[in-house]
Amino acid sequence: MKKAAVFAAFVFVAAFLLFAAGRLHPFGEPSAPAMDDYFLAHSQAETGANNVVTAIVFDYRGFDTLGEATVLFAAILGVVAVFRGPREDER
Amino acid sequence: MRGEMSVIVRTIARITYALILVFGFYVILHGHLTPGGGFQGGAVVASGFALLPVAFGAAAAKRYLNPSLMRHLEEVGSLAFLALGFLGIGISFFYNVLANSGSLFGAAVPFGPNSGILNSAGTLPFMNWAVGLKVMTGLMTIVLVLLIGAGKEGKD
Repeated sequence: MKKAAVFAAFVFVAAFLLFAAGRLHPFGEPSAPAMDDYFLAHSQAETGANNVVTAIVFDYRGFDTLGEATVLFAAILGVVAVFRGPREDER
Repeated sequence: MRGEMSVIVRTIARITYALILVFGFYVILHGHLTPGGGFQGGAVVASGFALLPVAFGAAAAKRYLNPSLMRHLEEVGSLAFLALGFLGIGISFFYNVLANSGSLFGAAVPFGPNSGILNSAGTLPFMNWAVGLKVMTGLMTIVLVLLIGAGKEGKD
């Protein structure tokens, strides 16, 4: 009974995923490519960077990267605060 | 010594340590030309540093790497990144003031695929360095602090 239920669940999930894979958006044909085309056409002239990803991450979306850096900083702050333990003179 | 791995691991670590660091710094320094950037290169360098405690034990790694210095360097990287963002505040936050200016990192880049000009991209290389420093020291801080915490637990 339990095995049959597991098998049924597996078949259901697999069929669902296969159905979704068949209906995927075709690769390399974005539905709204205006912004992608803008970055590809202008990023080299505007930022002087060959690497368009870096141009987007540090120039066009620099504020976003600042938030990401803040997240990393907060994570490190949390780890240090939890694992530092008491000071030598507080023991 | 306690926490040390076998001689095979230690020998491979000695050889690959320098290669990993060189590759990580290459990814950071060429972030505006090749795939990767400050974050990715910093993670590679931090993984190279993390090889030390894995192969030689926490005690040996703590002798060479100072978590307090790492934490302060991480703050320096964060502040440098913020300051570079404020460089272009006259036009907009994170405006690339140095790009195409003809001065430091200000060379113009031809359109399309090209072999890459290292002296280009304006403030992006500086931001890559700042974020690279921040990520490598930040991840190393996490590794060292966790090691120290685990060591204390073991002693008690």
